[in-house]
Amino acid sequence: MIGLQHYLTISAMLFVLSIAGIVINRRNLILLLMCIELMLLAVNFNFIAFSRHLGDDTGQVFVFFILTVAAAEAAIGLAILVVLFRNRRSINVQELNTMKG
Amino acid sequence: MLFQAILFYLFATVLIGAALGVVFSRNPVHAVMFLVLTFFQSAMLWMLVEAEFLAIVLVLVYVGAVMVLFLFVVMMLDINTESIRRGLTRYAPLGAIVALLMAIELVQLIWLRSQADISPSAFAANPEGYSNTKALGSVLYTEHVYAFEIAAVVLLLAIVAAITLTMRKRPGLKVQNISAQVAVQAKDRVRVVKMDAEKKQ
Repeated sequence: MIGLQHYLTISAMLFVLSIAGIVINRRNLILLLMCIELMLLAVNFNFIAFSRHLGDDTGQVFVFFILTVAAAEAAIGLAILVVLFRNRRSINVQELNTMKG
Repeated sequence: MLFQAILFYLFATVLIGAALGVVFSRNPVHAVMFLVLTFFQSAMLWMLVEAEFLAIVLVLVYVGAVMVLFLFVVMMLDINTESIRRGLTRYAPLGAIVALLMAIELVQLIWLRSQADISPSAFAANPEGYSNTKALGSVLYTEHVYAFEIAAVVLLLAIVAAITLTMRKRPGLKVQNISAQVAVQAKDRVRVVKMDAEKKQ
């Protein structure tokens, strides 16, 4: 039987993978953004599974708002990325050390 | 029920495989494509728990809009992938350690600590004639209408921020000055010259 724990496990696997992705790909800003999207997806999995488990639709409303904010975040993040690339000709995180004392 | 379990494991396997592809693929375009597959499989899994509205929203908004945006940016930026990928092997042990620690904690939380509260049974069936979209709408527009409006403002903010960030004024661009065009008068354009008629040769 597929229940809450199966969905929580899927969500945990996605979250762990995206954390590994953030640590491994920490030079490429685009891949970092994509890993953050994966993390948000894992959180949404939790919300939906618990909403279904508890029989309360509020969890799905939360997912709706998370999707909204994540879309806004992706749009602004990519805009910042484009401006960054235009100014520095690079999106390597290690080269963004202008603020380094 | 068995059919649903088979579908669940099929979708979950493809989901995890696609997520692995996002993290480990060498080409950013392939990573974006794997992320599209991940979102699609998630939508399928959400469909299995009867969260139909959010599944469709995920496909329409994420696969349709956000991932296309990602794809455009990846293709627009000329990224030297080789120099970026060089760090992959260097950070791989650290990434593996962090992921392993996180996985141990989560497994402990989900499978060992929670046995008392969460029975491993299937989700309770929804009542006859249950409509996920209707149920969501009935709470979204009544209890959470304030948050809904704030979400609209957040989206507006995202539009304004993205446009102002990426808009650039290039010098020497030929543009129309609309207000000057509208405010022009006939006497500015037509000049009536008084002169004598020319004599016949």
